[in-house]
Amino acid sequence: MNKLQEIAWKEKFPQFAGEVEIHARLELPRRIDLHQIPWIRPLLQSRWPQFLIRSLTLAGFVFTIFAGLFGSRVGSHNFAIIFVWIAWWTALKLAFIPLGGRSWCSVCPIPLPGEWLQQGGILEKSRRRFGLNLRWPKRLRGSWLQSGGFLLIGLFSAVTLTDARLTAWVLIGLFGLAVILSLVFERRAFCSYICPIGGFTGIYAKTAPVELRVIDTAICAAHSEKTCYQSCPWGLYPVALRDSAQCGLCMECLRSCPSDNIAVNLRPFGTDLAADIKSMRQSSRLDEAFLALVMLGSALAFAAVFTGPWGNLKSAAFAIGSPVWLLYGLGLLVLNLVILPGAFVLTVWMGQRWSGVKVQLRRAIADQAQVLLPQGLFAWIAFTVSFAFPKMNYVLSVISDPLGWGWNLLGTANSTWSPDVSAFSHALQVALLLVGLFWSARVAQRLVRKSNQPVFRQALPILLFCLVFSLAMLWLLVG
Amino acid sequence: MRKEWIARSVILVLVAAAITIPVVVWQARSRGIVIHARMAETGGWTPENLTVEVGQPLRLHLTSDDVMHSFAIGQSDEPPVNVIPGEITEVTLVFDEPGKYTFYCTRWCSVNHWRMRGTIEVTGPEAAAEAVEPPLYVTLGLDIDAEHHAEILPEQIPSARRGAQLGVEIPNKYISQEFYRSHSPADLWHALRGEARLSSLTNQDLWDLVALAWQSNTTPQELIVGKQLYATNCAACHGESGGGDGVFADGLDQPKTGEHTDMQAGEMTARPSDFTDAEHMLAASPARLQGKVLRGGMGTGMPYWGPIFTEEQIWALIAYLYNFQFELEDQP
Repeated sequence: MNKLQEIAWKEKFPQFAGEVEIHARLELPRRIDLHQIPWIRPLLQSRWPQFLIRSLTLAGFVFTIFAGLFGSRVGSHNFAIIFVWIAWWTALKLAFIPLGGRSWCSVCPIPLPGEWLQQGGILEKSRRRFGLNLRWPKRLRGSWLQSGGFLLIGLFSAVTLTDARLTAWVLIGLFGLAVILSLVFERRAFCSYICPIGGFTGIYAKTAPVELRVIDTAICAAHSEKTCYQSCPWGLYPVALRDSAQCGLCMECLRSCPSDNIAVNLRPFGTDLAADIKSMRQSSRLDEAFLALVMLGSALAFAAVFTGPWGNLKSAAFAIGSPVWLLYGLGLLVLNLVILPGAFVLTVWMGQRWSGVKVQLRRAIADQAQVLLPQGLFAWIAFTVSFAFPKMNYVLSVISDPLGWGWNLLGTANSTWSPDVSAFSHALQVALLLVGLFWSARVAQRLVRKSNQPVFRQALPILLFCLVFSLAMLWLLVG
Repeated sequence: MRKEWIARSVILVLVAAAITIPVVVWQARSRGIVIHARMAETGGWTPENLTVEVGQPLRLHLTSDDVMHSFAIGQSDEPPVNVIPGEITEVTLVFDEPGKYTFYCTRWCSVNHWRMRGTIEVTGPEAAAEAVEPPLYVTLGLDIDAEHHAEILPEQIPSARRGAQLGVEIPNKYISQEFYRSHSPADLWHALRGEARLSSLTNQDLWDLVALAWQSNTTPQELIVGKQLYATNCAACHGESGGGDGVFADGLDQPKTGEHTDMQAGEMTARPSDFTDAEHMLAASPARLQGKVLRGGMGTGMPYWGPIFTEEQIWALIAYLYNFQFELEDQP
């Protein structure tokens, strides 16, 4: 148990009318309902604070595209490259996801115009709505397309991450796709099934200490209008939420609930992982297992291309369309589609053989994939330490000269200051990978304990898998 | 409904601001022309042709989109300025005389580095008036592409110092600038061989005299200027030691592929000349070399330097080129 879990939260905050009753209804232990904290409550209830952040991210998004298209072609002097691939990408991996789950999704600008058209208004829905409102095709459900999208990012990463024009076109493409899908399909089809970052954020949101949950399901059962489901842009029914992978934390359900029956909880890290059999039956799925593996494979590939010592690999990843690039792409796809899934299926199968536990292999794969999440998240964080930290001076410099046009708006255009992590970055990366490995081991342990046949031997191969991955990552990052 | 309209206005204002503010700031701050530098293969200078009036300041914002380049004006004393990726270098130029000026890159940015050139057309009242004197190789009617070989070669590198020690006086007609510029060392050697009073000298002695004649047509200062020009502009292909083995040399004589693209090194290019090759160099007159430098080598990849170098610079460079054949300096 860590400290967070031991604190008696209920006593810590001033009581206000109704709180006692609400806590009586709250069955889940070790949670703080942020929605019940007096100064946070209005911030969540009102649409304005979120709207203001969203309008700023939207303006920032438009400016990023402008900078990408018309700013300097030199990546280190272009706002689009530095803010998308250094600042935002780092903030996502170091803050938004590990601390807030899908918190970025709640302010992401990309789906907003499409959603506004869909609902006929920004703050208020109107009758004049646009779009065909079709259901998303059943065979395209799940996170398969998101995994594919992430692999595409990996294939073109070396150029996309350095070419401002291409970055702008990728953003325009994502934006256009989001708008078109909003006009054709119902709700947030783009976010739920296409957006690669949504997939990335979604699975790692399971480890995060934030969740949106219904407080008392009986109240929902008695509520015939289901206003929460009606208002959810993502098409989710809050009662059915078993984990935090899908919910985009937009707070619309909370605003529309007539019974104040929805909580935004702070919770212990990793609560969703190997939670209980019932939840797992509903939340762990093969597509998410595949996505988790793609995240591991991509972390390896990004670390090898961007922080590895191999010049040839770097040039191959850059030379899009050339034979060496095809070879690189083939290697990336084989790693992600054959080697990692193959090795993972093999380890799950071996675990079952050794322990004599009999579960359908499909089921076991989906369940065991949760073990990969903490480790994957920490591998990405460790990669970020060596990839992004040394480049932080660019963030200061592009704030003053966002387009690389020789401006110096804040006097920081020639800033050379960067957090100097060289002294301890290796130690930090080792520690991060160890934390990830340890956490994954805990998830594996919990998974066994919660299963019908608690034989610990079945976790050994999967732990070996994690250990090998950690060592590979360690080798790529620390050498 | 009022809230909705406020929200819509906020979005419109912010999105419009995101685009208009940078455009407005840019308009307000820029009173010059932005010139982007890229390697010749990906575009060179953009824009590459500028026009300005005599006496009017031409304010340029130079930036590079790829590697470090440098900006210099041909036939001018202004030192080159660096053009750094993602940064802006401001240059203000004022031209006193009308004409067509060439600006170029002085950094060896790629194998097609020399193609990074642009022009500045300076217009003025007397723009069309000036008559241009044709260069020497044209007045001599030299076919600078013709093969040229020296038949008799020195056994060792001819030395001006040894030539001086012979104590023989070279007839004045052979050491005049006019003779020097229009004749090759081999021409002079044959002329000296034909002189009856020099018949006692060995072939090598005569070569040493040739070196002396060549030395008398240059100065140590001129050789320093030539060396500097050579190091900056020629050594990339011809090599520091003149052996035709500069860093770009291998790229220029790669086997030619079937498809023709103008920018591809290895197509329509040849291995750079070797200035240490006595057979060729000793048969080349300064006028012939001037032609090659001015015009460039057709179909060999040798650039034309006419718009870049002044006449003095070209003669200094040529004087230095003979350094690869002769010991011109008075070293004991």
